[in-house]
Amino acid sequence: MTTNGLAALGDPTRRAIFERLAAGPMPVGELARDLPVTRSAVSQHLKVLKEAGLVVDRPAGTRRLYQLNPAGVGALRAYFDGFWNQAMAAFKAAAER
Amino acid sequence: MQATESSVRTEIIAEAPIEHAFKVFTADIGSWWHPEHHILDGELAEMVFEPRVGGHIIDRATDGTECRWARVLAYDPPHRVVFSWDISLDWELETDPAKTSEIEVTFEPEGPDRTRVTLEHRNLERHGEGWERMRAAVGSGWPGGLERLAAYLAG
Repeated sequence: MTTNGLAALGDPTRRAIFERLAAGPMPVGELARDLPVTRSAVSQHLKVLKEAGLVVDRPAGTRRLYQLNPAGVGALRAYFDGFWNQAMAAFKAAAER
Repeated sequence: MQATESSVRTEIIAEAPIEHAFKVFTADIGSWWHPEHHILDGELAEMVFEPRVGGHIIDRATDGTECRWARVLAYDPPHRVVFSWDISLDWELETDPAKTSEIEVTFEPEGPDRTRVTLEHRNLERHGEGWERMRAAVGSGWPGGLERLAAYLAG
């Protein structure tokens, strides 16, 4: 999943989508409005991000909302921080609570 | 994080007394362990650290199934704990102890409310052919971590 996640973020448009979703859940239309690509291109990119485990979607009324998947983003963080570095940082925080 | 041939090592300073740091690392492991870091089929419900040599670290799933992924090899509160890493290169339970690595965690007081905690994950070569994948999975990381990724994405 992590390798897929990295590959998925190799594309600048997908990075732009990923960054926008970091601000909060959004429907396709809203994502497409700010980006210089078509709505169907945004949908394709979202599909790749979903398959990479970085994004999840859910129905909200008549539309679908897309949001970052904490598990996928957590896996990316583990990859970048190193498993034990991340675990020890979490342990430190717990020990100091 | 430094890596020697077949081990990775990391340390932190916890602003906490040594006894408390040891207790949080062991008895309270479920309070800080990443909930996605398990090899259960289901969702992780709780973790149990059995406080004795010969005990296990046990992950329990919400459906009641459990996974004993570590054997407690040394238990010297509040100074030191060693446990095995019974996880294969395919991220499944490794049942052959000869093919498992081990983790030693030491706690040293740096003052009444300050503890240096050092973790070494060693003997990674015991995982057999392809063991470097395990070292890459548990170790290294990028200096600066996710912040560097964020900076890269922003740039």
